[in-house]
Amino acid sequence: MECLIGIRGKDFVLLASDSVAGRSVVAMKKDHDKMFQLSSKLLMAVSGEGGDTVQFAEYIAKNIQLYRMRNGYDLSTKAAASFTRRNLADYLRSSTPYMVNLLIGGHDDNDGADLYYMDYLGSMVNLPFAVHGYGSFFTLSIMDRYYKEDMTKEQTLALLQRCIDEIHERFIVNLNSFKVKIIDKDGIHVLKDIRPTTKPPVEAEGTQQQQQLMDTA
Amino acid sequence: MLGKLKNANLDLLLPEPLLPPDLESYPEFHSKYINSKNTNALINLSHGTTTLAFRTSQGIIVAVDSRATSGTYIASQTVHKVLRINSHILGTMAGGAADCSYWERYLSILCIKYELENKKKITACIASKLLANIIYSYKGMGLSMGTMIIGGDGKTLDIYYVDNEGTWIKGDLFSVGSGSTFAYGVLDSEYRFDMPIEESIELGRRAIFNACFRDAASGGGVSIYNVQTSGWAYLGRFDTSDLYWNNYKK
Repeated sequence: MECLIGIRGKDFVLLASDSVAGRSVVAMKKDHDKMFQLSSKLLMAVSGEGGDTVQFAEYIAKNIQLYRMRNGYDLSTKAAASFTRRNLADYLRSSTPYMVNLLIGGHDDNDGADLYYMDYLGSMVNLPFAVHGYGSFFTLSIMDRYYKEDMTKEQTLALLQRCIDEIHERFIVNLNSFKVKIIDKDGIHVLKDIRPTTKPPVEAEGTQQQQQLMDTA
Repeated sequence: MLGKLKNANLDLLLPEPLLPPDLESYPEFHSKYINSKNTNALINLSHGTTTLAFRTSQGIIVAVDSRATSGTYIASQTVHKVLRINSHILGTMAGGAADCSYWERYLSILCIKYELENKKKITACIASKLLANIIYSYKGMGLSMGTMIIGGDGKTLDIYYVDNEGTWIKGDLFSVGSGSTFAYGVLDSEYRFDMPIEESIELGRRAIFNACFRDAASGGGVSIYNVQTSGWAYLGRFDTSDLYWNNYKK
């Protein structure tokens, strides 16, 4: 029931995640942040099974920090993503596999901005835009239709707003707000939460006539 | 195995999970002895409960019911579902009573150890994370716990929800247990962050009462605690039937 969205723009990556933390039918927390900072210009959004998400994300984050401490420089986005994927794949056939789906967004001086999509089976691919969860069924077509290479931040946010509006329109689960973060050459920036655009309530056809009939009767 | 228990290293790093001897595999053990659908099961876990905790500008209110059920039999109406971890931190019990009371008692030991090693009081954040990491190492082995770690170190006040799946989240309002949905209904209708203390105590009491009314597995009485930065205080136990006949019956 969780939704993670990632869009690559001109020299930046935008990551958005829904902010509902649920347990069975109850929404226990409505302002939950599912994104973890791996380093100054690396961000990972995680969804999946309860404990696995936090434990795996913290494990990867600490190891990336350790690399930095030992070597004096940060891992590139590609290397960090590969390291994460290797861990997922290694644990997959152990007695404790991690049931987590991830999006990793990062910025390098050499390669620019990159977005990596990873799933719990350990598959990884570099994509211009990616979505995890049921939300993908509704939003990937919107991305296919309106995405262009090298969009500005405003254009990317507008595309994200379209996606969230569609999820709100058609997805049966209420995902009322999304946490949004941007990674560019200056680091990770937290933007305001995005909510679906409120539209005026739609009156059903014929209610006007029914009301008139009832008034006269 | 006994030798292992004797030399159990109370490290803040995860202790190796201590498993009972002669165990082929946990799923087998679970379905043979614990599965509540199996009427020949030797162990009947009691999961029914309603617990809640919420934070206001005046402190934290914790309210719990006190019923324990095995299937359709009410085993006890006077269970203590709030566990006192130290003078500033409380833990609530939902799910398996043994799991909660044992591990929260173990957590109190870890809290004392932390204070001795670090010369400062432990916060709810650290205490709950210690518990969550221990529970995570037993993931899939049949632990059943939905607990809240509430309190602070004298300066902070937090509520953390920890459960047997490994969830660890911080929040201002939580309700856990089979009757939690009923409690949420009453809580969400009237909760405001800037409630006066008397109103919040009444809200906590009312929410548990309504949950006990609708949920068969919750009842007995409502126990209320108040947690401030200076520590926790027990405010008393209110019997559910008395509340119904004397206060809330309309």
